[in-house]
Amino acid sequence: MKLFKKIASFVLASGLFFSSSVFADTVKIAFIDPLSGPFATTGTIGLAEWKYAVEKLVNEKGGVLGGKKMEVVALDNKMDGKESLVQVQVAIDQGIRFIAQGNSSGIANAITDMVKKHNKRNPDKQVIFLNYSAVDPALTNDKCQFWHFRFDANADIKMDVITDVIAGESGIKKMYLIGQDYSFGKAVAAAAEKYLAQKTSIEIVGNELHPIGRVKDFTPYARKIIASGANAVITGNWGADMVNLGRSLKESGFDGPVYCYYCATAGITRTFGETGKGMLNIVGEGKLNPMNPALEAYNKGLKAKYPEADMSQPRITNAVQMVAKAINEAGSATDMKAIAYALEGMEFENELLQTKVVMRTSDHQAIQDVHVGMHTDDVDIDFDNSGYGIKMYKTVKMASMDSPTTCKMKRP
Amino acid sequence: MDLFIINVIDGLIYGLLLFMLSSGLTLIFSMMGVLNLSHAAFYMLGAYLAYQISVYTGFWVGLIVAPLLVTILGAAVERYGLRRVHQYGHVPELIFTFGLFFVIEELVQYIWGRSMVNYNSPESLDFIAFNLAGGSIPAYKVFMLLVSVGIFLALYYVLARTRVGMIIQAALSYPKTVEALGHNVPLVFMGVFGVGTGLAGLAGVIAGPSLTTFPGMAFLLGSIVFVCVVVGGLGSLFGAFVASLLIGWLQTFAASYNIGAADILIAFGYEYPKDVYYHPWRDLWTLTLPQIGPILPYILLILVLVFRPNGLFGKRET
Repeated sequence: MKLFKKIASFVLASGLFFSSSVFADTVKIAFIDPLSGPFATTGTIGLAEWKYAVEKLVNEKGGVLGGKKMEVVALDNKMDGKESLVQVQVAIDQGIRFIAQGNSSGIANAITDMVKKHNKRNPDKQVIFLNYSAVDPALTNDKCQFWHFRFDANADIKMDVITDVIAGESGIKKMYLIGQDYSFGKAVAAAAEKYLAQKTSIEIVGNELHPIGRVKDFTPYARKIIASGANAVITGNWGADMVNLGRSLKESGFDGPVYCYYCATAGITRTFGETGKGMLNIVGEGKLNPMNPALEAYNKGLKAKYPEADMSQPRITNAVQMVAKAINEAGSATDMKAIAYALEGMEFENELLQTKVVMRTSDHQAIQDVHVGMHTDDVDIDFDNSGYGIKMYKTVKMASMDSPTTCKMKRP
Repeated sequence: MDLFIINVIDGLIYGLLLFMLSSGLTLIFSMMGVLNLSHAAFYMLGAYLAYQISVYTGFWVGLIVAPLLVTILGAAVERYGLRRVHQYGHVPELIFTFGLFFVIEELVQYIWGRSMVNYNSPESLDFIAFNLAGGSIPAYKVFMLLVSVGIFLALYYVLARTRVGMIIQAALSYPKTVEALGHNVPLVFMGVFGVGTGLAGLAGVIAGPSLTTFPGMAFLLGSIVFVCVVVGGLGSLFGAFVASLLIGWLQTFAASYNIGAADILIAFGYEYPKDVYYHPWRDLWTLTLPQIGPILPYILLILVLVFRPNGLFGKRET
């Protein structure tokens, strides 16, 4: 028995020793997004993009602070708000100081609140929230806070760019707005109404929200849209709701453009295939097509390591490199206040995407080039290994750089 | 008026698809007294199997082979699963099928992944059958319609006009007597369960390209099928037919017309609030028919259960 205890304590001690010696020198980022359940595809692709970006763009280039490696720790939130907060706590307890999350603005809202409170109460263990995908405008307006940084263009910025394109299309006289009945769908509809009225004389012939994930057959919606005489459709739909809407429109004889936020990757591009050609127009940051040689090599590497993944969210390469740069500028991986101040207002040249990104000081919204692209098979980098992808045809440089914000940031 | 006609056609196609699912379910119920909660999972399985087969051999082989595979699987589930559970009564049977639903759903996601798969209608049907009111009816939808009608006629013929149908109908009400007459009732049960799930599989095969083959498809259609069966009357094939069409049209028309609560309120003399987005009754004022469309079948379900507990055409006390 005594011997057993000795062995056990030895094993335990050596385990502790090894784990601390192996991991102590890495800078960890907790990746908190759905890795199981119906939304797992999006989460898994995002994780692969984070891991590969950290490996390729930071660690292989010598790490941070003169040799420290960075590491992505995956935590599954099952697309659930409560579970997400538990995982944030898990990350904090493990000593992780960077939280990356993106899927669902609802969850991002919950995390930003928690991070804000936590940092106030634990000035010695502060964390930074890297929001790489949640686009609810409120996060950088009314709900903005010092520790939250958004790397994607928010829903308003994207709509600003979409409506720029629409304003240039002389054939569009009547517009139909359709979206899922929740905060994001409403935000898209409100932004569309606002910008269309500002920039064009297009008549909005329909503005409706349908129950999210409950519509079995979109045919009647498509019939209604056609009967309304609309030339074009704007939608914030994602997942099966997006595919079914698009397919029903095409099948029912609608031949106008559909402007969308989330009509690519995670199986959507593959499922649309030929059907989506000439119909889908997507707005987003990160120009993949036409591409440059550096990006080609990067994408090849990503595909070799994670065959099912895509460069669906090029902004992740911004986020990773900007965090590394901020750590180097702050000269510490634990002085979160200094890192946050380094991130704030940072101007960053991403060689890979050949773009500039500015983390706007006033509200921590990344300002970057935003593009509108079309679904086509004439691409260098495809999605879902389908031969189809998104080719950008319109770019707005540093979109919405001077857009107003209601953010009143309190700085520590 | 043109939009009305086109909605009638769309609703009919959707309703007949529902019938293909509910017919199997109601047959199984009337025969074995067990509500097969895993029914929609077989529908999903049919779609995914057909997708896999279509990758290698094209759509048409999948159309024939996938439902057969589902039929065999369904029969095997009855023979080696349900039949053993049967002796413990109805509740364990119900729980068995309930568990089976999740097992199949997870298995499908394990094999084919969690994103949607690229299952499409055959190229030979990729044309527009006819145009109506600026909208078009694709040939594939017409094909769906024909298959569903064909299945309905075939089922009716088998049950009403053949010897097999006679035995099935007799076994429905007097299984002991039928057994005493020398018929193999357990075999009949197995056959009915197999064919019932096979019909669900066929529904999946033809619905997959149209309604998208994705992991949530079983869950999305599963609950509505039970509504069809209960509204029609548990165990009544004709009831399931009528209820499926009714619900098909109900959902199609509800989604087609943007009648809002505001129209009704104004008709009753209330005034539309100036700034509706900040009005305390905002949710009521902005409510429209398409938004409540998906719950209409469930309201119908409750009404039917209250006023006609046996369903529209049901005879059996449940």
